[in-house]
Amino acid sequence: MNGSPMTSGFPILTLLTVLPLVGAAIALWSGKHARGVALITTIASLALALAVWIHLSPSGTMSMVEQHPWAPSLGIEYHLGVDGLSALMLVLSAIVTLMSVDAANRVHHQPGLYFALVLVLEAGLFGSFTALNFFHWFLFWELSLIPAFFLIKLWGGARRGPAATQFFVYTMAGSVALLLAFLALFVATKTADTPGSMDFARLSFLASTGVLEKMVTAHLGPVMLWLAIGVLAGFAVKVPMIPFHTWLPAAYAEAPSPVTMLLTGAMSKMGVYGLLRIAIPIFGPQIAQIRTPLLILAVATVVMGAWAAAAQKDLKRVFAYSSVNHLGYCLLGIFALAVPAVGSAAQASQAAALNGVILQMFNHGVTAAALFWFVAMLQQRTGGHRGIDQFGGLRKPAPVLAGLMGIVLFSSLGLPGLNGFVGEFLIFRGVFSLAWVAATVSVLGLLVTAAVILTVIQKVFSGPVPEHCVNFPDLYHGERLAMAPVIGLMLLIGILPQLIVQSVNPTVVNLLAHWRFF
Amino acid sequence: MLAWTIYLSFAGALLEAMLPALLPKGRNAAARWLALAVAVAGLAVAVVGFIAGMGPNQVGPVVIVDVPWVPSMGIHYLLAADGISRVLVLLTGLAAVAGVLFSWNIELRTNEFFAFFLALIGGVYGVFLSFDLFLLFVFYEIAIVPKYFLIAIWGSTRREYAAMKLALYSFAGSAMVLIGLLAAYATAGSHSTGLVALGHANLPVSFQMWAFPLVFVGFAILAGMWPFHTWAPTGHVAAPTAASMLLAGVVMKLGAYGCLRVAIALFPRGLDPWGVSFIGIGSWRDVFAILAIVGIVYGALVALVQTDFKFVIGYSSVSHMGFVLLGLMTLNQIGVTGAVLQMFSHGILAGLLFAIVGRIVYERTHTRQLAELETMHLSKRMPFAAGAFVIAGMASMGLPGFSGFVAELQVLVGAWTVNHWWVAAAGVGIVVGVAYTWRAMQKAFFSDALPAAHVLEKEHSHPFAAITWPEVTGVVLLVGVSLFVGLYPKILLDQIEPAVKALLAGGVQ
Repeated sequence: MNGSPMTSGFPILTLLTVLPLVGAAIALWSGKHARGVALITTIASLALALAVWIHLSPSGTMSMVEQHPWAPSLGIEYHLGVDGLSALMLVLSAIVTLMSVDAANRVHHQPGLYFALVLVLEAGLFGSFTALNFFHWFLFWELSLIPAFFLIKLWGGARRGPAATQFFVYTMAGSVALLLAFLALFVATKTADTPGSMDFARLSFLASTGVLEKMVTAHLGPVMLWLAIGVLAGFAVKVPMIPFHTWLPAAYAEAPSPVTMLLTGAMSKMGVYGLLRIAIPIFGPQIAQIRTPLLILAVATVVMGAWAAAAQKDLKRVFAYSSVNHLGYCLLGIFALAVPAVGSAAQASQAAALNGVILQMFNHGVTAAALFWFVAMLQQRTGGHRGIDQFGGLRKPAPVLAGLMGIVLFSSLGLPGLNGFVGEFLIFRGVFSLAWVAATVSVLGLLVTAAVILTVIQKVFSGPVPEHCVNFPDLYHGERLAMAPVIGLMLLIGILPQLIVQSVNPTVVNLLAHWRFF
Repeated sequence: MLAWTIYLSFAGALLEAMLPALLPKGRNAAARWLALAVAVAGLAVAVVGFIAGMGPNQVGPVVIVDVPWVPSMGIHYLLAADGISRVLVLLTGLAAVAGVLFSWNIELRTNEFFAFFLALIGGVYGVFLSFDLFLLFVFYEIAIVPKYFLIAIWGSTRREYAAMKLALYSFAGSAMVLIGLLAAYATAGSHSTGLVALGHANLPVSFQMWAFPLVFVGFAILAGMWPFHTWAPTGHVAAPTAASMLLAGVVMKLGAYGCLRVAIALFPRGLDPWGVSFIGIGSWRDVFAILAIVGIVYGALVALVQTDFKFVIGYSSVSHMGFVLLGLMTLNQIGVTGAVLQMFSHGILAGLLFAIVGRIVYERTHTRQLAELETMHLSKRMPFAAGAFVIAGMASMGLPGFSGFVAELQVLVGAWTVNHWWVAAAGVGIVVGVAYTWRAMQKAFFSDALPAAHVLEKEHSHPFAAITWPEVTGVVLLVGVSLFVGLYPKILLDQIEPAVKALLAGGVQ
């Protein structure tokens, strides 16, 4: 927010966040019509999110800013705004929530509550992707956690209890670390005439001039690095980064598939977003200090995620670990930015990597959500089966399902012409010149992922058809209609990545210009 | 103009995939004719483009289309063609038409088969016409998927194993290429992914020294370079006939093309002597030339002892592709020209051989075991196939009058000026080549061995199905092209030579 923030008279971001909450209140009381209410709400939200995306400031700075005092004595403001990064995440959240509601066509148990929770979760996503003040942001970060917990706990699979608890405890521990770190910053930034600050722009400005570290050291001693580690850990759990990932396979597998779509498609991006919006601007020098271990963990996330996916027998766990692998590329791209590099070529590499990270966030969101949607369909059609070995030869009874799921799988593999490729290519293109060892080792992740995806295709679509799949119905008309725009989007981005890059790139340039690592 | 080969093929693939929605009945016939129409249209475009390229002025690449794709990353949608591209696009067009003709009997999910087939063709056209590295990589990767499905769904012997092996080898190769290309950007500090721009970047010699082998091997995996060739025989054998034709005919050429267009053109100094020499090997050039020769001799020797007719052809491809790689490593005008001509020639001949073995013979005898074919007296019962194989075999041995002769001769002449021993060793491969072709021909068609009595009863009781028109057309097309190029190689050489000259002058001295 350097320079004058573009303020818009109409509080569109507030409206965007309030809309799902209103929808949730209505859904709660509309019983079996709840899904209809949720559909209407999510479609309206998507329209609003697209409106935000279209009216984005072309300069890449914050636009549509809303700023009002909230609790001035605590340095808390109601402060919202979007740039290319957050607007893209808004669109992604809206798309994924709509897909999730669309996929949840068999909720018989308390549908009102189910869809109300989904909509509250959407509000939490919107809120945390637009907030520019820690307190405000944290409110929504937590707000999204609670519905996710209950959605797993109440509608999940056989071992939902432990899975929900594990998910909650891990993320909560991360949240506590975040909260403590920001309280420390708040205390440290207090001066004689002003209360401390929790505003991201203010804190990152102080950080970029080196004042923040001095203030923290003066008030609390040499703890800045520990604060950074706490914040990083909070986000690392959410993404997740190895070794903070152990909650994920159980949660993704036990959650009902539409909820898994939300977890992996949208909520995992909150972690990556937090790294970009909060951790790097405020803790740049500290991250640069520990960049080598961070890069090692990122590479481990890429390679071991893929390797673990190869060892799974349960489709949901395969895709869960493959999500770990895909988000590992984001971590790789982010931490490579902290490697010292000067000159215009280095800047181009950093811009490529960061563009790639943001594209990858979006693409992984759409693709992973679509994959879990297909898993939901497979489960519905076979009475809950989801083991790789329990399927076979589905191409015969269900050619359309096989064809479309094949496209989504190839998007996940990173095939050129589909959305998954561009982000990964840009990440590798950037990281290679910043940290070539990390990039080279991570290529292993690409190869193992390819093997995993091809194995899934082979086992599920070819070979003999098992007995319970003989009467396997192909995609119904409604499902085809629902899936067509998703596939279309994958092709569109694959062929014309410029559609996203042109709005993201100015933000990337702006962010890189303001970040300071050394 | 030539860009339409790509668009036509992908549009055809899309139409084929949507055929069930458009046409409830008579789908298989429609799918065949549609595929033939698309392939012929593509060939027509390729021919027109080829003719337009004739003329003395066409030296460097001619830009066909150049629009920004991802401008902030310097990525362009840049298609261009020089003589090498035009010749290989022509080959692709011919292979596509022949492939459709020899797939005329596919009854299983015909439209899907042709959808994958045309998508593969489209990707191959794309690689040969891309002059932006990003774009080239995109098409290169796109081509991997359809060949996986063609083998995994319509293949035979251990098809899933073969399909997976092929896909993983291809992905591993492209990962190596990717690393090399990204490193090239990083080192050049270039803000363009254009081949020409990067070629002028003056990359440091020490960098080229390690980037060259990485990218070269990455591509050479797909060209069947020994010892990374093992995907080729299993893949060729498992693939349905049309896919074997494409694999050996054009997909292996993608690898060789990448070696030339990307590895050699971008990193020419990577071929410089190391300064030290170890048992006569003093540069990457020596290393890869020796691997190429090992491939020539090894492929031929292994082909000599195969019991499965299709494996003979599969290993012969490894041997013939060795000549392409050897030609590239001569780095002189005549040798590299020979390598490109050999790509064309082998593309035609491998297609022809696979068509005879996999389609014409196997579909009637239902065996590919030479020991069983021996007892069937095919020269009498299937004279067309026997005649076609004799011609194809002679062409493949490198008899004068056929395309293979001119190509291999040029490679050997080029190699002679570099190292006599290379020629001597490769010559052994040619001799063994004659032997395995002769052996296979003898066993499959001209043997007098008598079958066991009960087999005689069974096998000879019914005549083989008559040869169909698509088979005749396909054989005539491929034999005709090989003969024409053998008798009048100038038509291709006029295009290849200036392009090779320009490419070599770009870096290699």
